[in-house]
Amino acid sequence: MSVIALPRRRPAVRSGALALGISTLWLSVIVLLPLAAVVVRSLDGGVGDFWDAVSSRQAVAALRFTILVSLATAAINAVTGTLLAWVLVRDRFPGKKVVNALIDLPFALPTIVAGLTLLALYGPNSPLGIDVAFTQFAVLLALLFVTQPFVVRSVQPVLIEVDREMEEAAISLGASNRTVFLRIILPNLLPAILSGAGLAFARAVGEFGSIVLISGNVPFDTQVSSVYIFKLIESDAPIGAAAVSVVLLLVSVIVLALIRLLGRWGARHDR
Amino acid sequence: MTVSRPWQLTMRVLAIAWLLALLLVPVALIFYRTFEPGIGAVWDSITTPAAISAFWLTIEVSAIAVVVNTVLGVVMALALARGRWRGKWLMDTVIDLPFAISPVVVGLSLILVYGTTGWFGRDLADAGIQVIFSTPGIVLATVFVTLPFVVREVTPVLREVGDDQEQAAATLGASGWQTFWRITLPSIRWGIAYGVVLTTARAIGEFGAVSVVSGKVSGETETLTLLVEKRFANFDLAGAYAASALLAAIALLTLLVMTTFNRRREEA
Repeated sequence: MSVIALPRRRPAVRSGALALGISTLWLSVIVLLPLAAVVVRSLDGGVGDFWDAVSSRQAVAALRFTILVSLATAAINAVTGTLLAWVLVRDRFPGKKVVNALIDLPFALPTIVAGLTLLALYGPNSPLGIDVAFTQFAVLLALLFVTQPFVVRSVQPVLIEVDREMEEAAISLGASNRTVFLRIILPNLLPAILSGAGLAFARAVGEFGSIVLISGNVPFDTQVSSVYIFKLIESDAPIGAAAVSVVLLLVSVIVLALIRLLGRWGARHDR
Repeated sequence: MTVSRPWQLTMRVLAIAWLLALLLVPVALIFYRTFEPGIGAVWDSITTPAAISAFWLTIEVSAIAVVVNTVLGVVMALALARGRWRGKWLMDTVIDLPFAISPVVVGLSLILVYGTTGWFGRDLADAGIQVIFSTPGIVLATVFVTLPFVVREVTPVLREVGDDQEQAAATLGASGWQTFWRITLPSIRWGIAYGVVLTTARAIGEFGAVSVVSGKVSGETETLTLLVEKRFANFDLAGAYAASALLAAIALLTLLVMTTFNRRREEA
């Protein structure tokens, strides 16, 4: 056994080490080096300057609004995404394949086009007479547009796999649809809904392209953190911009870690 | 669980209405508004020298990002799926970072490394290389934001197919390269294809990161998405719509290819 095992393991290990080396180098140069620059250089002016930059009234207002509107986006997505996934899995109607394909449209459409598109329908020249441009609601609308696929695409495969026998057993024992949904289907879907909503939240916190046209960028009102950082870069304050970016990075990393934990919880749920 | 007919219809109507209001009607309206002034005006607007240059810059940058991220994406997927080493979770997390980081922060990070006041700023200037406000900066930004797509598509496929065939080939005397070309690559080709489509779509559509590092010089460092924003800011709405419609058409084409590839991938 060991006589055969030795020679056949060797090539795999050697190419594995090469792949690992190249990957580490690549990720370090492309991703880690620039991010390290943001963290290190945010302290170029000392801790005092860092604190001043992240605690300025405008920075705090922008971050507060960013987090709140992203939470709202995630919550609405959790409901509409689950509904869409349900209709796509459990319902049958003509044109369902087209609807299914269109779910991914926001992933394919450039964000700046998404913003312009929403502005055309819900802006000053709206053919419907609905003008929400330059309001907080407009920011929410843009975020809902770009994050729309996350929950659908995370719930859909789980819903396909859900054990129908469990549902049938519950119904034969006299459970109502409501009970079956709340006690059997929802608990099965919950990890997927939460991880989809988490991804939507992470995306919403950093979103820029779709918001920049429709938000009007009003400080203390519709200004989100990414647009605030952009303004700081434009007014030649890259160190202040780096400080605010560190806070945003921290939020992203925490959300990413939570989603990862959630994934593990979901996997355990499966078993 | 069987849903009663009225409930089923209500949910179906709600779901489709939501998609219509949020996605379809706005996108359809853009096409309508674009072609309102007539197809000649649209053609003129997307064939100005600035638009043509923006189009080719977008293609050039996307092509580089796709090639680089495909090759290295497969390498990273191999390291993740085939390697046996500690700390895999760390690489996994780093690969996901570009998905979670604001594009504006990506652009800023490149300025802080390669800009005139950046870590390598002076050395690059001495060597006569300009990264920021130039094409290399746009390429770096695009490569950063599109880095995860191919890895994320290929890794699960590699795990799924396992390494039995690779080991069999190695036992029969195949070299590492032979095994890769004849066994590994054919089994992950649909995963790669899907990742390439996603990378292309994101690269063509990238705005935030590119906007920070490009300098937006018309005819030189202006991509299609930047052209849309500039035309909008200059009150050239028709021009902004025309460039948007071109990008939206590319997106719809992408969607079509995605759907086809997805079917092929599931059949494979």
